[in-house]
Amino acid sequence: MSRRVLGPFNRVEGDLELSLDTEDGVVSAARVNSPLYRGFEQILEGKAPADAMVIVPRICGICSVSQSVAAATALADAMGVTPPPNGARATNLMLATENLADHLTHFYLFFMPDFARDAYAGAPWFASAEARFKAIRGAAAADVLPARAQFMHLLGTLAGKWPHTLSVQPGGSARAVSATERVRMVSLIRSFRAWLERHLFGDALEAISGIGSEAALWAWLDAKGPERGDFARFLAIARNLRLDRLGRCEGGERYLSHGNYVFEGERLFARGVWDGASASLLDFAHEDVTEDVSHAWMAGEGACHPLSGFTQPDIARESGYSWCKAPRWRGEVVQCGALSRQVVDAHPLARDLVAAGGGNVFSRVVGRLLEIARVVPEMERWALAIEPGERFCTEAGVPDSAQGVGLIEAARGALGHWVVIRKGRIQRYQIIAPTTWNFSPRDGRGTPGALEQALVGTPACESDEMPLAVQHVVRSFDPCMVCTVH
Amino acid sequence: MNVLWLQSGGCGGCTMSLLCAESPDVLATLEGGGVSLLWHPSLSEASGPEVVAILESCIAGTTPLDVLCVEGALLRGPHGSGRFHVLAGTGRAMIDWVRALAARARHTVAVGTCAAFGGVTAAGCNPTDACGLQYDGNAAGGLLGAGYRSASGLPVINVAGCPTHPGWVLETLLALALDGIAAVDLDALGRPRFYADQLVHHGCSRNEFYEFKASAEKASDLGCMMEHMGCKGTQAHADCNVRPWNGAGSCTSGGYPCISCTEPGFEEPGHPFFETPKVGGIPIGLPTDMPKAWFVALAALSKSATPKRVRTNATADHPVVTPVIRKTGFK
Repeated sequence: MSRRVLGPFNRVEGDLELSLDTEDGVVSAARVNSPLYRGFEQILEGKAPADAMVIVPRICGICSVSQSVAAATALADAMGVTPPPNGARATNLMLATENLADHLTHFYLFFMPDFARDAYAGAPWFASAEARFKAIRGAAAADVLPARAQFMHLLGTLAGKWPHTLSVQPGGSARAVSATERVRMVSLIRSFRAWLERHLFGDALEAISGIGSEAALWAWLDAKGPERGDFARFLAIARNLRLDRLGRCEGGERYLSHGNYVFEGERLFARGVWDGASASLLDFAHEDVTEDVSHAWMAGEGACHPLSGFTQPDIARESGYSWCKAPRWRGEVVQCGALSRQVVDAHPLARDLVAAGGGNVFSRVVGRLLEIARVVPEMERWALAIEPGERFCTEAGVPDSAQGVGLIEAARGALGHWVVIRKGRIQRYQIIAPTTWNFSPRDGRGTPGALEQALVGTPACESDEMPLAVQHVVRSFDPCMVCTVH
Repeated sequence: MNVLWLQSGGCGGCTMSLLCAESPDVLATLEGGGVSLLWHPSLSEASGPEVVAILESCIAGTTPLDVLCVEGALLRGPHGSGRFHVLAGTGRAMIDWVRALAARARHTVAVGTCAAFGGVTAAGCNPTDACGLQYDGNAAGGLLGAGYRSASGLPVINVAGCPTHPGWVLETLLALALDGIAAVDLDALGRPRFYADQLVHHGCSRNEFYEFKASAEKASDLGCMMEHMGCKGTQAHADCNVRPWNGAGSCTSGGYPCISCTEPGFEEPGHPFFETPKVGGIPIGLPTDMPKAWFVALAALSKSATPKRVRTNATADHPVVTPVIRKTGFK
């Protein structure tokens, strides 16, 4: 056995370090360390509750609207306020814009460039991958960056700016949309759809979201050919490299989704935990969540629910190897992200992929792109339904003593905020971010987190300083380390 | 011109904002300006030991380091060890890497308020002992010390903002690549004057409400947010309302107050962000350059002269009274 320490892992915020044990050319054990701590939960203590809306988005400039929506949801829960329909539509549009832009950035800038590395020079698809996806120089970056920036104009209108908006409020949105702005937004969404259909999918969004099984997916590829678009290019590479055999988390075949895009009490995407072993959907209740500090550089003992949890760094803790706590659901490891959302929401392709090979490098990327195809038409509907002149925000005060829970979905998965307010101030604020679930260290029972398990069995030959297969597995989760360690 | 970009105790938001650059996009702008990225965490292929080799080559002087960009606050804790942020794979605190690289850099650029002054990472009890490259809040010093000068002779260039506008960052890099930046091009806090010599107030779409002190009272109201909502647009240095964000936006046009995110110490204003502190009903934070007595006199006068349209619309979320059409006879 040999052990090596790997890092930094760009490309979203590089604060990730892996300690890998390898035997016979494959990973036998992995420890995931987030070597950055900032202490937002400590920073929030003692603040006026509304100040959370300033501080919380700055946990993460990658999914800053998601952090805002989670905080607004937690405060709204504490305040007993519900946004008016326009406020919910505007919030959903902001959240969807960020989530989809994140998926797009992940695919084009963070994930695909690895297939344009020299190590793949002999592959039949290499010339195409290099021309299209090479970091900085590839043609795709030049296509996607302007399209992404123009799509973000939705946030210029709805949010003032991105990241770090304050238009997301517990009572809805502080930015009312006029009739002409509504028209402009619909036009932006349709323009984005056209870009996706031309460059990414080479097909109508509805044709992609209508693919109902893995067999149908391959049939679609064979009918369209790998040069039809970037999704097809990815599928051809995935089939050739057998990315479906890479990065499966055998002990974590549980897929969590908080559910997302709430409108009048209903969620567009369902809430629950899909249990792969029994192929059944289980109810999710936040009371079943705990965070365990036994292998984090944190003070405290064992596991506790976020409403009674606290965050106090303790660098001297000998069993600690990460700043990340270990969240568990009913004591078990779960994974989250776009694939989980689609599985929990019963999309037939996602369910079929997971039944065949679980969560793996291939199915996670498909889950993300499938979500783009499913959400853009919903965005069109939300924008069209906006009623200029009607309210966007409901005014309400914060009680002196209250608590609230905000459970939403960021691009990378389940995001939860728990707030306790006493004497008009934040007494306790606890956050569990998606990458905290996925990149958790071991818990009190010694059970490794989702990525730690997913890395076991990954090819990692001793002479290779930074094995590509390991990088594919890590990036398939689209880690966001600043969220993890907040 | 070689640029190395590191992220420390921040949120990555300045990088994400940078990706929103338009006409042309970020990569085209850099290439056209003769800027090459030695490494950028979100844009480069290199990972792991390849990255460490780039940093070591810069420190050794083998690779010329023209610009060191640092995004995020510098975390000195716990107890000065810097262990709250160790560069992954190296066992070495990020503050040590930054010190060594800054000693070699021709220019050192703080990207964002965290890297410039500490920012939100230094808020509250400042659990990580966060500071900026050359400032600790309002106090000169920070990680590199008040006396630090890069090889060009300049102090740290503070492209402050939370986040930074992509134009502020790109135009700073382009200026460095084309003609260089002189001390006179930076304000007293080291910020490029091309955007810091303006106020957020300039070009604010709510200026008519400001003129008449017709004030917003709650989120989503259209009125001026200075009197009740904590807006610091008349004091904050930045061109946010002249240079659009994400196509058409700004904080004040997005329905919320300016929190003066380009200023040192903005993270701890000493009052809740959405409230304007007042003494005797008069806001403490008066517009920059405005004598208090004049402000009080003018505010009283303008309030008494507020047109019904402006007064009514100030507390609505869409204009409910439209401007009259007056036949003047003069065209």
